[in-house]
Amino acid sequence: MASEDDRSRALGRPLDELHPNERIKAGSDYLRGTIAEGLADRISGSISESDNQLTKFHGIYQQDDRELRSERRRQKLEPAYQFMVRVRLPGGVCTPEQWLTLDELARTRANGSLRLTTRQTFQFHGVLKHDLKGTIRGLHEALLDTLAACGDDNRGVMCSVNPHLSSLHAAVHPLAKRVSDHLLPRTGAYHEIWLDRERAIDTREEEEPLYGRTYLPRKFKIGFALPPANDIDVYSQDLGFIGIEEHGALAGFDVCVGGGMGRTDNEPATYPRLADVIGFCRPDRVVQLAETVVTIQRDYGDRVDRKRARMKYTIDDRGLDWFRAELERRLGWSLEPARDYAFEHNGDRYGWVEGEDGRWHCTLFIENGRVRDREDCQLMTGLREIARVHEGEFRVTGNQNLIIAGVKRGQRRRIEKLMAGYGLEDPAHHSAVRRSAMACVALPTCGLAMAESERYLPDLLTRIEGIMEQAGIPEQPIVIRMTGCPNGCARPYLAEIGFSGRAPGKYNMYLGGGFHGQRLNRPYLDNVGEETILETLGPMIHRYARERREGEPFGDFVIRAGYVAEVKAGREFNDPA
Amino acid sequence: MNPTPLTDQASPLDRQQAERLSRLVEALSPGQASWVSGYLAGLAAAGQPAAPAAAGPDAGARITILYGSETGNAEAIAERARVRAVERGLQARAVDMADYKPRELRQERLVMIVTATHGEGEPPDPAEGFHEFVHGRKAPKLEGTRFAVLALGDSSYEHFCRTGREFDQRLAALGAERIHERVDCDVDFEEGAERWIERALDAFARHAEPAPSNVVAFTGSGERQGTVHDRKNPFHAEVLENLVLNGRGSDKETRHIELSLEGSGLTFEPGDVLCMVAQNRPETVAELIGTLGLSGEETVAGPRGEVTLAEALTHDYEITTLTPPFLEAWAQASGAEALQALTGEGRRREMLEFAHGRHVVDVVGQFPVTGLTAQQFVDMLRRLQPREYSIASSHNANPDEVHLTVAAVRYHSHGRDRHGVASTWLADSVSEGDTVPVYVQRNKHFRLPSDPSTPVIMIGPGTGVAPFRAFVEERECRGAGGRNWLFFGDRRFRTDFLYQTEWQRWLRDGVLDRLDVAFSRDGRDKVYVQDRMRENAAELYAWLQDGAHVYVCGDAERMAPDVHRALIEIVAGEGGLGEEQATDYVKGLQRDRRYQRDVY
Repeated sequence: MASEDDRSRALGRPLDELHPNERIKAGSDYLRGTIAEGLADRISGSISESDNQLTKFHGIYQQDDRELRSERRRQKLEPAYQFMVRVRLPGGVCTPEQWLTLDELARTRANGSLRLTTRQTFQFHGVLKHDLKGTIRGLHEALLDTLAACGDDNRGVMCSVNPHLSSLHAAVHPLAKRVSDHLLPRTGAYHEIWLDRERAIDTREEEEPLYGRTYLPRKFKIGFALPPANDIDVYSQDLGFIGIEEHGALAGFDVCVGGGMGRTDNEPATYPRLADVIGFCRPDRVVQLAETVVTIQRDYGDRVDRKRARMKYTIDDRGLDWFRAELERRLGWSLEPARDYAFEHNGDRYGWVEGEDGRWHCTLFIENGRVRDREDCQLMTGLREIARVHEGEFRVTGNQNLIIAGVKRGQRRRIEKLMAGYGLEDPAHHSAVRRSAMACVALPTCGLAMAESERYLPDLLTRIEGIMEQAGIPEQPIVIRMTGCPNGCARPYLAEIGFSGRAPGKYNMYLGGGFHGQRLNRPYLDNVGEETILETLGPMIHRYARERREGEPFGDFVIRAGYVAEVKAGREFNDPA
Repeated sequence: MNPTPLTDQASPLDRQQAERLSRLVEALSPGQASWVSGYLAGLAAAGQPAAPAAAGPDAGARITILYGSETGNAEAIAERARVRAVERGLQARAVDMADYKPRELRQERLVMIVTATHGEGEPPDPAEGFHEFVHGRKAPKLEGTRFAVLALGDSSYEHFCRTGREFDQRLAALGAERIHERVDCDVDFEEGAERWIERALDAFARHAEPAPSNVVAFTGSGERQGTVHDRKNPFHAEVLENLVLNGRGSDKETRHIELSLEGSGLTFEPGDVLCMVAQNRPETVAELIGTLGLSGEETVAGPRGEVTLAEALTHDYEITTLTPPFLEAWAQASGAEALQALTGEGRRREMLEFAHGRHVVDVVGQFPVTGLTAQQFVDMLRRLQPREYSIASSHNANPDEVHLTVAAVRYHSHGRDRHGVASTWLADSVSEGDTVPVYVQRNKHFRLPSDPSTPVIMIGPGTGVAPFRAFVEERECRGAGGRNWLFFGDRRFRTDFLYQTEWQRWLRDGVLDRLDVAFSRDGRDKVYVQDRMRENAAELYAWLQDGAHVYVCGDAERMAPDVHRALIEIVAGEGGLGEEQATDYVKGLQRDRRYQRDVY
């Protein structure tokens, strides 16, 4: 464990003592690398390994269709390389015009579907190398970009979408956008590579005043929550802002730091961690505070071991008090004491609601965030037709769902008719379990996945629904989340029942997460298949149906019933149940 | 091999000599016989043992058999004619038009011409220079020359046998005497060519000089050294691998097929062609027999003797492609006006348009003929031809194997699914472990430069890339130092980049110096290999100036002419030449065998 002033694994050490990625960043000429040359090469659909690290900073992630690997090898074809392109969409808000652009790019440049993500943005999958520039240009024309959507930098900033509180959302969302814009890399690489801009005269010295030439040790995530909804899972963020409403207006934010989901199997020094609330800050100081937190992580984060390079470890290793002191020293002012707030849930509330400004908002359930046409539901076509007439905006939720927001009273009928016409489902058709569930993309495209997620969770849910039906609690919401690997994109460690993939058909199962994202769950089963999962969950759910207290969520029950011990801090996560 | 029995009557030998030679010949393998034949001829050519040449009726006249060969057929016929001439005791030589010095033409007394015609009526590439000379202003007067022409062609093309017809007319116009009528052979040329050789030689024999009496050629020794398998005696090669090269989602089906040549004795060089004795699809045969109202059990006399109709239609006859001779015969048999209207003089284009996308069964069904016998029907058909594929592997790199790149031909027209005979037979009916009958055909006009340090530019979109895989394998295997540049194109990068990982490896290892690819369906603009050539004009011209050889393989109808035009434009632009000079430059390349094509 590092002492407070130990910088032996941090910025400033010789590059050859640090992780190889630090050398790639340092040698990249501010994220340029040889990306442009790689794009011009027609012989391979891939780009070089070091450029792969760099394109992430541009929101672009090389993948390949893993199911075709061996078939294509026999066919003397290279792997089916393709790219995931993630849009930067602070707070998840886009206009109908932007939706139409995204929809068209998905159909002409990608695999024909749009993926809503757990961080409130859009991903394209299956974009071929020769379509990358066209995709980025298309986004640019719609005033969208992909800069820093992945990579060792501040990622897309999240913001609660709570449709009831229109005035608060109107106050918070611009802040989320300001923070996102403020923390963007300043390099000209993005515009030069993707938009064919000439490179400005060499100003290398000032090219990245905040990040420097090696950027952050690892990704960095910021989110703004608006109680009572914790739909962005604020405790999972490196830096969270919890909106405090006083007298009907935004007073400021309770600030929390050090959240993060990612962990590595069989490495107990890695664990998910919830952010700690450290105080309160006024809205006009949010940007300064965010920048300052980023600089601390930039200077102290672990640049040797990428598995322990998130800010949660910097804080745990040096202590929260050290962190607060360093922050206040750098800020030149002190945080006020934290104020009171209360979260009630981290899921979405579906259907139509009227906001305080008299406009209507409809939250649609999008299973696993996948927007595509199916036989029974022309979701993609329907949303396109809605976008053609919609005058408000679209909001992507942190649960991969979609809100058609800001609909004038007189327009609601028209949109409802379109929804019905294209089979956009009434979320009530789905069980509460399904409506609360989340899965990451995983196979076949994600290079990290060790097991199915998006394609499998719906089937597993069907079986769990059967158990709940038998137990007589079909409408009880239980938060179930699944990821194909331990990195935690769908925030499985906050679920009441969580799964992370270990091998095809095999998962770790976690139990006991807090219903509104306030408590981590704990590993319960290691590397097991569906049969064991169902055999284990069956009796538990039946007992829960019999023994639960009034309003007691499943995650609380499994702790009270003694199945798992409560996890009070991230570093206890790997302790025996 | 079955040589004509040697007797003292049938040869200049005495009985004892004839018997001894007969015994030796019987013991020889075809390859050995061929070698012995060449050995004796070589002795004769070297002048020893020298026997005084008997003066013939037209002293000094030897027969020069000039051939213009695209795929090797014309060459094989010319060689056979030479052997037959020598057997008759005549002096004869067979010369490739590409090697022939045009100024010798003036001295020739006896000329036989055997020539193919290229796709759209042009001469075959190797014949181009000679064809141009004969038709040009420098062509000599040929009074005193006697000639005969055998034209090879494919009647399903509009300008059937045009090159042969042109030579025939032009030599006559130059004053030469036609001593035997020209014969135009369709793709089943075997019998027609054989008849023409005999009759033409009958005519020439009256004028030619006898060969030295000690040179005897064996019947059928036209086979080349090392080749022991041919159409009549193909090698049954085991299929080692048969896989689709196109990735999922492709609208193409290009197969990579590896065959075992173990024990065959077959050898080949990069550029050579593998011929496959294919068979028709059972469904196609059955449908045709049904449409004819026959049972298939009828006996017919065909090229292999008496067999059932079903057997004959499966193995012996072309039953898909509609040929003009068939249409003419069917027009007559059926009396159908619609068909007869297509067969009149000067209606060839209309006939070919009608034939396009239609098969024999369509005509048989649409214009039924009653009372037609099975024999009458097969007599209207042309022989099923072996299918030729450019070999995609180097014999040196894989001595016991031969690899092919085969595009499965499938389409739908006039209400029916159509299938390429050999390609879909390979695709649908041949599995690993099965055997296919094959033999090698030389393609000496598609050869790597003899100097291994000569740079090579290869242009091969689609299955045209096949021989270049062999070229690069060969150059790698031999450690040839010359630079290699490949242009490849197809529809889609993701699925149709044939042999992608192999090219990538060769690039990485420095065997391949440059690879430029064009995919026509990936973007809004269709991009082809000739576009990539133009983009690299300066460098391409620099390679040419460094002595590079240029090879083109693939589609003859559009790609090859487009590439040809691009080449001329590049030479004009980069060399600062006028169009005419640039054309001459490219012609010069062709003449020097630095620009070779294998297009189909």
